[in-house]
This record gives sequence, structure tokens and C-alpha cells, in this order.
Amino acid sequence: MSVLRTPGGLSLRWRRRSAAVVTGCASATLLLALAAVGGGGDHPMSPADVLRTLTGGGSPAEEFIVGELRLPRLVTALAVGAALALAGAVVQSLLRNPLGSPDVLGLTQGAATGALVVVVLGGGTLTLAGAATAGGLAAGLLIAAVTGRRGLAGARVVLVGIGVAAILTGVNGWLLTRAQLMDAARAVLWLTGSLDGRGWAQALPLLGVLAASTPLLFGYGRALSMTELGDEAAIAAGVPVRRARRALLGAAVLLASVAAAAAGPVSFVALTAPHLARRLTRAPGPNLLASALVGAVLLVAADLVAQRAVEGRQLPVGVVTGVLGGAYLVWLLAAQRRAGRS
Amino acid sequence: MSGNPRLGGVGLTLAYERRIVAEGLSVDVPDGSFTVVIGPNACGKSTLLRALARTLRPRAGTVLLDGRDIHSLPSRAVARTLGLLPQSSVAPDGITVADLVSRGRYPHQGLLRQWSAEDERVVAESMADTGVAELADRPVDELSGGQRQRAWIAMALAQRTPLLLLDEPTTWLDIAHQVEVLELCARLHEQGRTLVAVLHDLHQAARYATHLIAMRDGRVVTSGDPREVVTADLVQEVFGLPCRIVADPETGTPLVVPAARRPAISPRR
Repeated sequence: MSVLRTPGGLSLRWRRRSAAVVTGCASATLLLALAAVGGGGDHPMSPADVLRTLTGGGSPAEEFIVGELRLPRLVTALAVGAALALAGAVVQSLLRNPLGSPDVLGLTQGAATGALVVVVLGGGTLTLAGAATAGGLAAGLLIAAVTGRRGLAGARVVLVGIGVAAILTGVNGWLLTRAQLMDAARAVLWLTGSLDGRGWAQALPLLGVLAASTPLLFGYGRALSMTELGDEAAIAAGVPVRRARRALLGAAVLLASVAAAAAGPVSFVALTAPHLARRLTRAPGPNLLASALVGAVLLVAADLVAQRAVEGRQLPVGVVTGVLGGAYLVWLLAAQRRAGRS
Repeated sequence: MSGNPRLGGVGLTLAYERRIVAEGLSVDVPDGSFTVVIGPNACGKSTLLRALARTLRPRAGTVLLDGRDIHSLPSRAVARTLGLLPQSSVAPDGITVADLVSRGRYPHQGLLRQWSAEDERVVAESMADTGVAELADRPVDELSGGQRQRAWIAMALAQRTPLLLLDEPTTWLDIAHQVEVLELCARLHEQGRTLVAVLHDLHQAARYATHLIAMRDGRVVTSGDPREVVTADLVQEVFGLPCRIVADPETGTPLVVPAARRPAISPRR
């Protein structure tokens, strides 16, 4: 623990290990970002070229490649990764359930339902993003309506969420069978989660939501750590538990929905990033900042792999996160089993 | 004692979902007392404590703290006056004793006031008072039951509240650890705090309490000094148990000896 105190009575406290993890992740993000913007494809650029272009000294072709193709894709990847990881960290902490994530609760499926409705009925990219956001929010409201009267806590929310997810998966299957062949292909690509062709139109709304929800998340961050002690202990210590839970879950639902709208339901990032962050920091609690950075690194790295893994053929990023995230989860469970912890 | 006590409940109707536990219940917690609530299982004693600690909102009636409805006061302000050791709480994976105890400082902290010199001093004191200072860096989930309970009490102490409520602090502990926790409570009471505890053991209640509240079926049967109110009739009425009362050979407080229901078993050879 490190403490900084000022004569005015202000004091800040942080864990050295958590600070190191945050610094490390931020540096990794920067390096990956340079690789993503500079790298590969039909027009490789050195880091120096990238920096020159970013500061306004590039050729028109370079300006276009960086400013309109690679940079917005990178920013979308960073923002989607951070948003999903934050949503996952908040949900896991609030529900005191390590498997809590937007996928398990049906938020992602709700976003997919919204998107599929637009695919079947026809509509542009922006309509699709709007409908996906609305779908995720509607799923969240449905869960709140069913469980809300008794408080948005614990196992009941998970069970209701699993039910909502199952129903929506059925609805989504039905919508897919109703789609024309071309539309179905587009729908399946969206359902896998992909960053292909993502531009500022996807990145900016997501950045806006991230900017708006960050103060709320970190403002309630200490309250969130306290609720992990149980509702009674948290209330006794003066945490406004009901208000904090509503605000935090609302923000998580919004982040997950907007992230899904931007890149499709990219799997496993929301579930894996908070786990990974906790293992790195070894700190109890939601580890919000570390989770967000780990999520951003994960998604940018996964997108680099998706673009480069198979020569001449790009994979959707959701395939990579699914394979890597799934493998990590299996390894984690096996490691815990060996360590004798459930 | 003059005027109203700092903590009390008036006309409380307490319920979970559709099950009503108590109706029209009124209690006072005398200032400076070590009040113990006793009664059979499901009589509403823990429910009453939850209502007093504002973790359960009464369906009707008011819990008064310093003369005002406790639910109308800011949550953090209440938490600087009134602490609670809940019956069940969760220690997050890998949290250390020092980290747990320092969380008791929550109502005294803020976004830009995360760890004052006062916080540091109070946490160290609370750990010393409860005898967990040497366990500071140990994970809570590796402690014994008695040590864990003392760590949770230390967290409640770190709130630095003049009133402290304890919901069954001795349940799940063996008898040596029960006495250890109760002695700690008695010490905290001597230091000037007002304590309210829910206990199962009548003998321990009579030994440690300065004020006893006996409950049955959601109402208060009697209350007062345990040396006066603990009688064979009361135990019969509250628990339905025929018994004799003798003086505790150590303290002279009432000791409940259940009546024998069959001839004594003679020792075998």
C-alpha cells in the first residue's frame, strides 16, 4: 500500500502491485496500438511513419489509411474491450458471482435480437447499432422488472438472466431462419463479433458512453468494494446499497449494449478480463481500472491475431477471443482444481 | 436516566416478503447498557436487531436514532453513530485482516480522503483491541472461527461508533471462543459503548447483560436487569422449558438448570 497525504487533509491510497499492473497494461496498449496502426496489410508503416502521419505530416494516402481505416478500428477495439471488461467487472462484483457477465445475463443476446430484427426487416448500419443497443437495454430492463422489487442481488439475478438469455437465444434462432440467405450471412458475421470496417461512426458513440459512465463507475467504486462484504455489512458501514447497485448495473448494461452495437457480441472478454486483472493485481474487489485496461489490451491483441493469423484472410475478432478466452477459462479451472480450490 | 434513549423502536411491524415477524413492537435500548436480546428460534430477535441497524426497513413504525427516523438520516452519518456485526457476511477471496478492518473506515472517508492518519491510527487500535494485530497480513479465509469473528468485530470497531449491535456474535464458535468474544464485548461496554447483542445462551446472556430483553412470537415478554427478570416462570413462558434457577458460582448471576425429565442415570462401573 502506498499513501499520499497533502496538508489540506486530502489523501490517496493505492496498491503498488495494482499501480504496476495498470502501468504495464497501459504500455502494452501503446505498443500494440503502434503495431496495429503501422502494421501489416497492404501498406506497412514504421512507428516513425505512424507518428509523422498522426501529427499531420503524412501523404494523403497515409492520412486516409491511418485516419479513416486503422485508427478508428483501433479506437473501436480499445473502447469495446474496455467497455466489455468494465461491464463484466461490475456485474461479477455486484452479483458476487465469478461467472456473471453480460453474456450470461442475456444482455448480449438482447443486443443480438435487436440487430437481427434490423437484418430481417432491412436497415442500415446505424439503425442496426441503435437496435442492438436498444435490445441490450431492453434485456436489462426485463431482468430488473422481474427481480427488481426484491433488490438486484445475487443468484436470483443470475438465474433470471440465464432464463432471459435462453428465451432470446430461441428468438434469435427463429429470426435467423426467417432471414434471406444474404442477410443470414451478414447476421452470422455480426453475431460472431467483428471489427471489420468499423469507423468513427461506431467508435464515437461508444467513447461518449465510456466517458459518461467512467465518473459514475469510479465514484461508486469504493461502494462496490464494500458490497462484496455482503449487503448487511455494507449497509451498516454506510453504503447506499440499493442506489449504488441500480446505478452500477445500469451503467454496466449500457456499456455492454453499446459495445455489442459497435462490434457485435464479442465473446469472453467481459468474463475473462476481470479474472485476468484480479490474478495480476492479486487485489480483492472489482479492480475496475486494471480490468478496463486488460480488456482493451485483450481485444486489440485479439484483433491483431485475427488480421494476421491466416495469410490473406481475416478472421472475425470474436473467433479469436472465443478460442483464447475459452482456453484460458478451462486452464484457470484446471489450475484451481489442482490447487484444491473447488 | 432522563429523556429518551439514543436508540429505540416504536410500533414496529417487521416482515420478510409476506411473512410478518412482529407487529406493534416497541423497544428501548438504555444508553450505556449492554443490552442482550434472547428468545426461542424464530421469535424475531435477529429481525429486531436488523431493524435497529436499518438493514431491514420496517413495514410500519419507526426506528429512532437520537430522536429522528433512522431512515431519514444520511446513511454515512448513521454509520458514524451505529455499527453492526452482521450474522453472516462474506470475506472476498484473499482479503487480508488489515484490509477488512480498514473497510470499517468507509463512513469516514471520501473519494479524495482515502486514508487519513486518523484512519491508520484507528485501524491499528481496533486490531489491537480485538487481538488480531499479529494476524494483520493473514487472509481472512485462513483464520479460525474465533479469529475471524474478532476480525469482523475489529472492522465494526474501526467505524468508531458509540453504539454497536451484534447479531449472534457467538454462533458457530466453540465455548472457549464464545467466552473470548463475550469478554471482548464486556470490555467494549466498559469503555463506554452501548452494546446490543442477540444471544442464544441464556446463561451467558444473564452473565454479561446489564439489560435483558426477552422475546417470544414477535413481542417483548419482559425486559430489565437480568438478575431480576430471569426467573423459572420467565423461562417457562418464553422457552416452554421447566427449570430451576441457581446462582452462577462464579458471578452470582442467574444460571438456568433445565428440570430433569427422567431419573438421573447412575454412573456405570
